[in-house]
Amino acid sequence: MISNRSRMSPVSALKAGLKVTIFGLALSGAAMQAASAEEVIVGLVTKTEVNPFFVKMRQAAEEQAKAKNVKLIARAGKFDGDNEGQVAAIEDLISAGAKGILVTPNNSSGMLGIIKKARDAGVLVIALDTATDPADAVDATFATDNFQAGVQQGAYARKAMGDMKAVVAMLDGTPGGTVDTFRHDGYLKGFGIAEGDPSIAGSAITNGAQDKGQVGMENLLSKNGDINAVYTINEPAAAGAFAALKSFGKEDAVMLTSIDGGCAGVRDVKDGKIAATVMQFPYKMAAMGVDAVAEYAASGKKPSGFVDTGSYLITDKPVDGIESKDTAWGLENCWGD
Amino acid sequence: MSLAPAARDATRGEVVLEARNITKHYGHLVALDGVDFELRAGEILAVVGDNGAGKSTLIKALTGAVRPDSGEILLDGQPVHFKGPLDARQRGIETVYQDLAVAPALDIASNLFLGRERRRGGIMGTVFRRLDKPGMRAEAERSMAELKFRLPSINSPVETLSGGQRQGVAVARAAVFARKLVIMDEPTAALGVRETGQVLELIKTIRDRGLPVVLISHNMPNVFELADRIHIMRLGRRAGVVSPKTHSMADVVAIMTGAVEI
Amino acid sequence: MTASSATVATPRAGLMARIVGTPSVGPLLVLLVFGTIFALTNPRFLASQNLSIILQQTVIIGTLAIGQTLIILTAGIDLAVGAIAVLGTIIAGKLVANGYDPVLSMAFAVLVCTAAGAAAGGLISGLKLPPFIVTLGILGILTAALRLISAGGAFPVRDAFLGWTGNSVKPFGFVVTYGVMIMLLLYAVVWYLLNETKWGRHVYAIGNNPEAARLVGIPVRRHLLSVYVLAGFLYGIGAWLALGRIPNADPNSLQTANLDSITAVVIGGTSLFGGRGGLVGTLIGALIVGVLRNGLTLAGIDPLWQDLVTGVLVIVAVALDQMSRRRR
Repeated sequence: MISNRSRMSPVSALKAGLKVTIFGLALSGAAMQAASAEEVIVGLVTKTEVNPFFVKMRQAAEEQAKAKNVKLIARAGKFDGDNEGQVAAIEDLISAGAKGILVTPNNSSGMLGIIKKARDAGVLVIALDTATDPADAVDATFATDNFQAGVQQGAYARKAMGDMKAVVAMLDGTPGGTVDTFRHDGYLKGFGIAEGDPSIAGSAITNGAQDKGQVGMENLLSKNGDINAVYTINEPAAAGAFAALKSFGKEDAVMLTSIDGGCAGVRDVKDGKIAATVMQFPYKMAAMGVDAVAEYAASGKKPSGFVDTGSYLITDKPVDGIESKDTAWGLENCWGD
Repeated sequence: MSLAPAARDATRGEVVLEARNITKHYGHLVALDGVDFELRAGEILAVVGDNGAGKSTLIKALTGAVRPDSGEILLDGQPVHFKGPLDARQRGIETVYQDLAVAPALDIASNLFLGRERRRGGIMGTVFRRLDKPGMRAEAERSMAELKFRLPSINSPVETLSGGQRQGVAVARAAVFARKLVIMDEPTAALGVRETGQVLELIKTIRDRGLPVVLISHNMPNVFELADRIHIMRLGRRAGVVSPKTHSMADVVAIMTGAVEI
Repeated sequence: MTASSATVATPRAGLMARIVGTPSVGPLLVLLVFGTIFALTNPRFLASQNLSIILQQTVIIGTLAIGQTLIILTAGIDLAVGAIAVLGTIIAGKLVANGYDPVLSMAFAVLVCTAAGAAAGGLISGLKLPPFIVTLGILGILTAALRLISAGGAFPVRDAFLGWTGNSVKPFGFVVTYGVMIMLLLYAVVWYLLNETKWGRHVYAIGNNPEAARLVGIPVRRHLLSVYVLAGFLYGIGAWLALGRIPNADPNSLQTANLDSITAVVIGGTSLFGGRGGLVGTLIGALIVGVLRNGLTLAGIDPLWQDLVTGVLVIVAVALDQMSRRRR
């Protein structure tokens, strides 16, 4: 046999090889088609792989997929703002034959074209965490009402400060981001002031990162030492702000609040570094999303509209008239550990 | 491109390149102190001297790399003022350097024509600027054959060649494009004995085909093997010009070091 | 061995050496191997719609990688490639939003990108600053400028001309966007420039041995400048193609385009030391990255493996280059 093959001409060897390859292709093709006829694929496209919020989302989606006996394929952008990466991910998932795609769009307008393509191809598309603009570009949105979460943060801060005259610093995330705008505006509404109010001492861009939160806070304190209320886009930014406040010796004189509900953030509330934070529930978004796709695959029923996955104010210093949970409850329900 | 017929009478040949009373100062340092120089048709003129004797400054002045403070340079009896090495090249003076001035990843033909590429005829050349690769290859093969320099294939990258062959490419490039003369600055300094032999043969072929050569070298045996005349530098001046037929290596070294004056 | 067998063997050995020595053969084999594996794991991979998608996904990085290849061939590197392209999308988008003619707006954006390339090239060739530092500086400057121009936010670009490259034709059921066609055309044109003209020959010579290039009379500085100018122009076209892919101008986008394009160039077999490699390899390199990402998703494997495999390929490519250089 071996000697026989060694005498084979290169051309016939090539032909034989080609036949084997084609046969293999056909075989595996048949196998795959059989498998994919039963299997429901759920795609999950998050903003990045690094943020614990999205890590939690993915874990929850994986667990729920196992429970519902569907296959989850998770993809993510490489960085905040990686529209191209998310578009490519959705394209690949359509190609893979996904029944539904759960997406946390980086940019509410950047995804519209590909989302439409997916829906035209019969794929259920649900936005998680961040709504698209317009919101009805997707079948449904499962997210925190970020405006409401901002209002909760602002209202608590105002109430907890009593009659004190407020000087407010705004530590924003990435200007122009949808979530950023909602939370920022919500805070101002809850605080009872309008954009441009003289009590706003200034704002800084943190990209939701601790180091930039610290630098931004330092600069704002240098600009105005009377700051006594600080809005933060998320808890890492708040942690940075706390470090800056401490170095200025002002950590006890400032009402520092935040949004997210990450376990590190809840511990900061427990330790008194952050007065209060508003918890959101990424695992709820993901689990509900997987359920919806499984339901769609089984019965063809699609969810629609905005589904608020809820948000709770977490603080150990509750104030009258504002509903809140303590950090013990918070640590049981937080994400990111 | 084709090489002029040989003119072997070195001692009575016409002067091709001449320098008169050249001086060059670098601050307080006197590099050239009124040096004279002449290269005749059809000869190999070796330039020797101790380190710091002014050899390389003289060569730089002759190739336009350095502008002398005073004195004049004549090419074919006409005064010339080179503004830079390119200027000297345009006047037909080519220089070969010690450090293998080739692009290793490019093939031999590409290296031979580097900086002087030819385009195809017709619309492909004038509008589409297309290189005449086959033409340049053929031309390169022909030149190498004319110079009796053996190379594996004109299409092989220069980095696959030995050091001697690589320097051969650089020498051939100079020989092919020089219209007046070739200056070689320590062309074999980086090479082994056998490789040096290949390059020396090539230099002889060039001289035999009629192109005068200025050879700067530290290597006395090489100088005595090749040179028709030897120009000896000392302290920024020409200490003398001797013939290897009348003087020994010991004589030349003695003049170089100032032990003997002529 | 007889004399006759020796003469027969020589040309064949030469042919083998030429095939193995051609820098894009290795990357092509890698591409074919991955393609075969993915085709075997999921037949959907070879669906014309999927292959078309992979090509479309290659458009932006693939186009930017043309400029990056030119610069790396001169032994330089460009870290500002993504930022320059994003600048193009924002300028074009802003101008059109303010009522200017879309064609003129895009042309102006391409011009600005070309100018950015010229600025980098000018600093590198004129002041002899290292390309890494110059383009790092330009990356920083542009990142800030982009935020200022766009007031931080992304905005949709709805103009038909700016998004035109996302349109497609469908010969034989295979979707080809104009963006894909433009990218392939750019590859063809720049390939011709590199391989068939004096300009390209001199790009290689400068990357290979700048001193030798100078000595044979190539105006090295001016030539370097022309490389960066052409690269800037290509980034401008890349901006147009990006708007066709995603009709959205986002100052935060394409942050990793510099590393992604370098990855495509390196996997494609072009040496980071300059003077070796070529565009065919770069196109294959960009396709390898796209095929990996798409194929792993279709196989249901975590696409983080794509980053891992890409990382391995980069190291293998650089190691092979280093080894071949050392042998010489």
